Amino acid sequence: MKKRLPALLLILAFGFARMNFEQKLTEEHRAAYFHGAKLNLGLRQKVGQFGFLAALSGFRSIIADLLWIKAHTEWEQTAWGRMALLFDTVTTLQPRNIMFWDMSAWQMSWNASLAAFQDPKQPSLKLRLKAQREYFHLGRDFLIRGIQNNPDSYKLYEALGHLYDQKYGDHLSASTQYAEAAKFSDAPSYLKRFAAYQLAECPGHEREAYEKLRALFEKGDKEWLPTLLLRLRQMEEKLNIPEDQRAKVPPGFK
Amino acid sequence: MTDSPATIPARTRHKIFSFARVKAISGNTLLELIRLKVFYFLLLFALVIIGFSAFVLNFTFQEQFQVLKDVSLGAMSIFTVLLAVLSTAMLLPKDIEDRTLYTILAKPVPRFEYLLGKLLGVLLMLLVATLLMSAMFGAALYLRQEMVVSATLRGAGNATPDQVQAAIREIKQQTFTSSLVPGIIAIYLKAALCASITLFISTFATSWIFTILTSVMVYFIGHIQSTAREYWLASGNGSQLAKIFMFFVTLIFPDLQLFNLVDDIVAGNSIQMAMFWKTAGLGLSYSCVYLLAAYFVFSAKEL
Repeated sequence: MKKRLPALLLILAFGFARMNFEQKLTEEHRAAYFHGAKLNLGLRQKVGQFGFLAALSGFRSIIADLLWIKAHTEWEQTAWGRMALLFDTVTTLQPRNIMFWDMSAWQMSWNASLAAFQDPKQPSLKLRLKAQREYFHLGRDFLIRGIQNNPDSYKLYEALGHLYDQKYGDHLSASTQYAEAAKFSDAPSYLKRFAAYQLAECPGHEREAYEKLRALFEKGDKEWLPTLLLRLRQMEEKLNIPEDQRAKVPPGFK
Repeated sequence: MTDSPATIPARTRHKIFSFARVKAISGNTLLELIRLKVFYFLLLFALVIIGFSAFVLNFTFQEQFQVLKDVSLGAMSIFTVLLAVLSTAMLLPKDIEDRTLYTILAKPVPRFEYLLGKLLGVLLMLLVATLLMSAMFGAALYLRQEMVVSATLRGAGNATPDQVQAAIREIKQQTFTSSLVPGIIAIYLKAALCASITLFISTFATSWIFTILTSVMVYFIGHIQSTAREYWLASGNGSQLAKIFMFFVTLIFPDLQLFNLVDDIVAGNSIQMAMFWKTAGLGLSYSCVYLLAAYFVFSAKEL
């Protein structure tokens, strides 16, 4: 033991020296969205002992992929409930993977909800509609949790806006989400238009929608798309904007 | 009458540290490992890549790239750590069994140089393995990208050239990202760290099985070391005994979770270079400290 004492002392001294540095580095990593997966007992029950051990040992992305492939197999068998559980596990393992959140939400809100609505085993329309709505909510929950884990990306805001528009018919929420997505520097320019279009669909928000559409129109002919011009015209008519103050497209513009 | 140091010709004077001796030992170690046919595992690596590439053909291109990257980098991580632990664990016992160790140490070779040479030999082997695996991974990813691009061009239909270009740009952005390189370097650093820990353990281990088992245990504990550290640093009301235990876990074991960057890089995270260099510096410090600890034990060992 005496012979090994210097080695032990060296390791302990290095341990002391690195402790705070490692803690700060871990915090830096987390601030840059690394190591965000919450590997807790809930996950342990979902992925089993081996899967949990593998996830703990730095192979969580592989476990997530294998479960994703399994979910794909469940999709071919239209086992929506099992798919939802697998998606939940996959997104817990890889919370920074936008594709997993987006695809999980899409599968639930579009495919599973349609299958629930067309369920031949359920004669009651009320129950089928209820089931359909529950799948919309599942999809929405995936996107909301996805945004919480990826607040630095516009993509899930856009997907949530699309979901509110297409599945809920909630244009105000859709507009809010598109506007949030449009705030990102790398967001496509169409998101600002989408936010304005959705707002134009909301009764009581005509003035706000008009101002947004008008601001886009003033940016120049790149924004003069048929839908924008149509919506702008509709708002001008609804708000009784005097003819001389209305947006005018130069003659000959195509 | 004995010669004073000044009268001994320069070429025969013994140096305290000689890089040439370290180079000779590391070269021989690398050669030995190559003769053990350790690189045969690359065939397995290729099979894993090809197998998974074929398996996900029906998926969207984002999913294909995702799975290919995850599986390749995950396999790279497993193989490098396995290679590091297994090949290092065999070094000292094999040299003792073959009596090579006695032949080397009978010459004026300091024990530190011997250990450093052995470790560098393993690190060189790991470097070659990582580079070869990276090349295979890069080639597989490039081929997959080209397949997706040609499929996109075929299915472009009435799309305008701008739309086609945008689609191809999107595909290429999903394929190769600059953060993959630091991710692969982090895999190598983790393997290097595992090799130096294994070398340290092998200096006092009674058998190579003990070395391998202990190294694997350190590997697993190393991945949850940060949990122990956070428990110790948090000013909670946990039991004193648990806190002391966590404190010692934090002091003794390395934090291997810090080197697990690829999971999040593949998911789309980009890594800041300052943060990466800090992580790399930590990895190198670990390797140096474990090498030094190995030397302390090995220098006091009766051979």
